[in-house]
Amino acid sequence: MNINATLLGQAITFAILIWFTMKFVWPPLMSAMEERAKTIADGLAAGERAKHDLELAAKRSAEVIREAKEQAGEIIANSEKRASEIIEAAKLQAKAEGDRLVAGAKAEIDQEVFRAKEQLRGQVSAIALAGAGKILGREIDAKAHNDLLDKLVAEI
Amino acid sequence: MSAEGQTTSEYIQHHLTNLHSGEGFWSFHVDTLVVSLVLGLIVFGTMWLVARKATAGVPGKLQNFVEMVIEMVDSQVKDTFHGKSELIAPLALTIFVWIFAMNAMDVIPVDLLPYIASLMGVEHLKIVASTDLNATFAMSISVFLLIYFYSFKIKGFGGFSKEILFSPFGKNPLLIPVNVLFRIVEDIAKPISLALRLFGNMYAGEMVFILIALLPWYLQWMLGAPWAIFHLLIITLQAFVFMMLTVVYLSMAHESH
Repeated sequence: MNINATLLGQAITFAILIWFTMKFVWPPLMSAMEERAKTIADGLAAGERAKHDLELAAKRSAEVIREAKEQAGEIIANSEKRASEIIEAAKLQAKAEGDRLVAGAKAEIDQEVFRAKEQLRGQVSAIALAGAGKILGREIDAKAHNDLLDKLVAEI
Repeated sequence: MSAEGQTTSEYIQHHLTNLHSGEGFWSFHVDTLVVSLVLGLIVFGTMWLVARKATAGVPGKLQNFVEMVIEMVDSQVKDTFHGKSELIAPLALTIFVWIFAMNAMDVIPVDLLPYIASLMGVEHLKIVASTDLNATFAMSISVFLLIYFYSFKIKGFGGFSKEILFSPFGKNPLLIPVNVLFRIVEDIAKPISLALRLFGNMYAGEMVFILIALLPWYLQWMLGAPWAIFHLLIITLQAFVFMMLTVVYLSMAHESH
């Protein structure tokens, strides 16, 4: 067991090492570690917050979907009603149009019939005249007997 | 293995002798000084490099390792020491790491480095610095001085005197001599126990390694391997104990009884 000046040398080395650690090793590593711990804590908090936000968003989106469905149902019902209305209106219109067309056609037919009758009457009078002319064997003064002829035509 | 012409006791004696320079008190154990200084430079230099490039982002493996050590020391200090001090945690780290490094030299085969040194003409080499009382006492006495420094700094001269005079037994004037006597014993015991505990453990461990080295080479592993593995525990434990006791003593210096 021999204590000597080595002790002093060792103490000096020890003191320098302590100073060195205190000055250059401990603080930067400690601050890096603390910063990392803070970053991780922040990250965890952000994650928690995001989870919460996600829950809220999910709730909101469900609500929105429900609303949209409701609206869509309403719209479909409306449109169905409207469609049936339109169909009904179209039917009425078509019927009216058909009636009108039928009436027109009938009127035309009547007119046509009437005209044909008129024509026939004219022709009949001409035939009657010719026949009468032949029967009488002489020329009838058409002008003198027009009244009689017209009466005849009207009777036919 | 013993060299040619050496008896067993000469071999052991040779291994337990420091490389000496000078005579009397003003002499130096060159091996202790150089080994501990080189270890200090390597270990603390490495930690410095890590600290300089320390990132708060994803740490590299080395930074992670250093941070694990720091975390361990820091949590121990925080558990024990409740004051505020810039010094104590780095001091604890220094003690733990330096003692661990010096102790760890014990698992290097006992003859390897002395043999290489002898080839270079160095007569004695004791590579485990903590088996030198000078190294352990240098640390324990430094710690002892710090204890007194902080006792005075925190409690003031009056408060510290009161503590010495009146604790542990009380304020009765008749008890003052007993109190003082207890205090003296306690305070002398602190550095001596610190230094001798570390020295004793490491010296004994080294001794066992030397004795194992005396066995025939083909038998050495049978004892050498288990002892080396067990010794890893002692190396770490002694460094830890020294660090913990230092923190405890310093926290006692910070707290009034």
